[in-house]
Amino acid sequence: MRPDLDIIQPWIEEGARVLDLGCGDGELLHHLMQNKQVSGYGLEIDHGHINQCIARGVNVLEQNLEEAGVTNINDDAFDVVVMTQALQTIRNPHVLLDEMLRVAREGIVTFPNFGHWRCRLYLTGRGRMPVSRTLPYAWYNTPNIHLCTCRDFETLCAMKGIRILDRRVVDESHQDRWYLRLWPNLLGQIAIYRISR
Amino acid sequence: MARKPKAGSVGVVTPRREVFDDPLRLACGRTLNRYELVYETYGRLNEARSNAILVCHALSGDHHAAGFHGEDEKHPGWWDNFIGPGKPMDTDRFFVICCNNLGGCHGSTGPMCEDPETGRPYGANFPLVTVSDWVHTQARLADRLGIGRFAAVIGGSLGGMQALQWAIEYPQRIAHAVVIAAAAKLSAQNIAFNEVARQCILSDPAFHQGDYYAHGVTPRTGLMLARMLGHITYLSDDAMRAKFGRELATGKISYGFAREFQVESYLHHQGEAFSGRFDAHTYLLMTKALDYFDPARDYGDDLAAAFAACESRFFVVSFSTDWRFSPQRSQEIVDALLAAHKDVSYLNIEAPQGHDSFLLRAPRYLEAFRLYMQRVYREVCDAP
Repeated sequence: MRPDLDIIQPWIEEGARVLDLGCGDGELLHHLMQNKQVSGYGLEIDHGHINQCIARGVNVLEQNLEEAGVTNINDDAFDVVVMTQALQTIRNPHVLLDEMLRVAREGIVTFPNFGHWRCRLYLTGRGRMPVSRTLPYAWYNTPNIHLCTCRDFETLCAMKGIRILDRRVVDESHQDRWYLRLWPNLLGQIAIYRISR
Repeated sequence: MARKPKAGSVGVVTPRREVFDDPLRLACGRTLNRYELVYETYGRLNEARSNAILVCHALSGDHHAAGFHGEDEKHPGWWDNFIGPGKPMDTDRFFVICCNNLGGCHGSTGPMCEDPETGRPYGANFPLVTVSDWVHTQARLADRLGIGRFAAVIGGSLGGMQALQWAIEYPQRIAHAVVIAAAAKLSAQNIAFNEVARQCILSDPAFHQGDYYAHGVTPRTGLMLARMLGHITYLSDDAMRAKFGRELATGKISYGFAREFQVESYLHHQGEAFSGRFDAHTYLLMTKALDYFDPARDYGDDLAAAFAACESRFFVVSFSTDWRFSPQRSQEIVDALLAAHKDVSYLNIEAPQGHDSFLLRAPRYLEAFRLYMQRVYREVCDAP
């Protein structure tokens, strides 16, 4: 099972209505359907992933977030909207954040923390854009066009009046360790935020 | 010589017929005291009677959805690509039913049949039937066959509208609705095309104000024109360009009005073939049923409210180049289902053939359809 599911699952109530933006193969929704009896929908564009969702019995809608956003979804249609590891790939992440909290009461967002010490060291030492296991692309072909740090994200939330209900930072194996909580922006590789209006 | 049955084919099938004597009140206010439905079935009904699928046909379709009527029939049923052993509607698992809709011209009671009150064919006097009327007759057929609940009701185009109507009218009798290349209502443009098609027929002198049976003729020209027009809307611009381009049948321009371009020959051929096998009254009725379809109308034009009482799950499919019922029309269905908190999955398949794509074997369509039907089987028929 995906390790971030362990962190996300306690944040979702039994029977909640959950929207997963970029739901991949539907593992998260399937897991939440089984364990939390949620009513879930995933948006996805990858054909293989869509088929995996269908095979799993997960509701999947072919919808391109970049083209269509979630404008077709009513205000407060969901309890929770989840977006794992996609914020940094979106052209207008600040707009999408607003949209997420329009269609759902709460949002759960995960992204790679560009403030991690290895990124900083890489950039300082080599003077080049960091390439790592969590960020394996070169600058010119990366889907990650809007990388940010935990502090960047929190600043954006503050600017928008978005409340941060919970924050976890984990290492690349999604383990939560005590020292990560001390210096999240320096030591965390993946940030997981629970946000609300 | 007996032909070997093709792999994946249901083989030779024989249509069956049921007669209904209990009066049927129609949406238009009239009542049919007696009617017959002709239908075909493929596969076997299981003991729990849980594996039945109803396939609903589109404008020009009929009950012959799969297999062959005889050893020498050239073309199989209209949805043979999808019905048969190992196909998405797998007849090794499902019991598939398809009936000719009321008002049809291929065996079910329709304008060509005798009106018991006059002893003459109904003709123009056949009542205008609606999608809702069809669904009621299909439900009676299901009663007759001992099927309380369908694992799925499935259709493309006008057939998809019937699947939607089923989900709305018989929430407890349908587990899944598969709605392909359909719309929750026609647009003004759709109705406009239908009206031109109808006027082609109505203005044909051979129509004789609807009394053409008595004159021993059929309005073939009108029906042919209607079909030619329809065909243009079924294909995409790209598909026509790829198939015909500006090819000339004879290779050179003749400076006249004879058929010159390949696309002209094609449309004439389609129109002529159709006018030989289809009844003009039925065509008029079917286009009206399309125009009238609008399940949201009874719910203050709120489609989500129309879906509120549905208990089924939904699979919605559109095709990228379909401009008759464009992906946007399917998206409207999906958005309303989402707003009504119904389970729904939606695919928009890249396919060049326009509206006709729902009949054709685009690999992604075939695969997703197959996976969805496996899910249906697992959820509905395989349950402990």
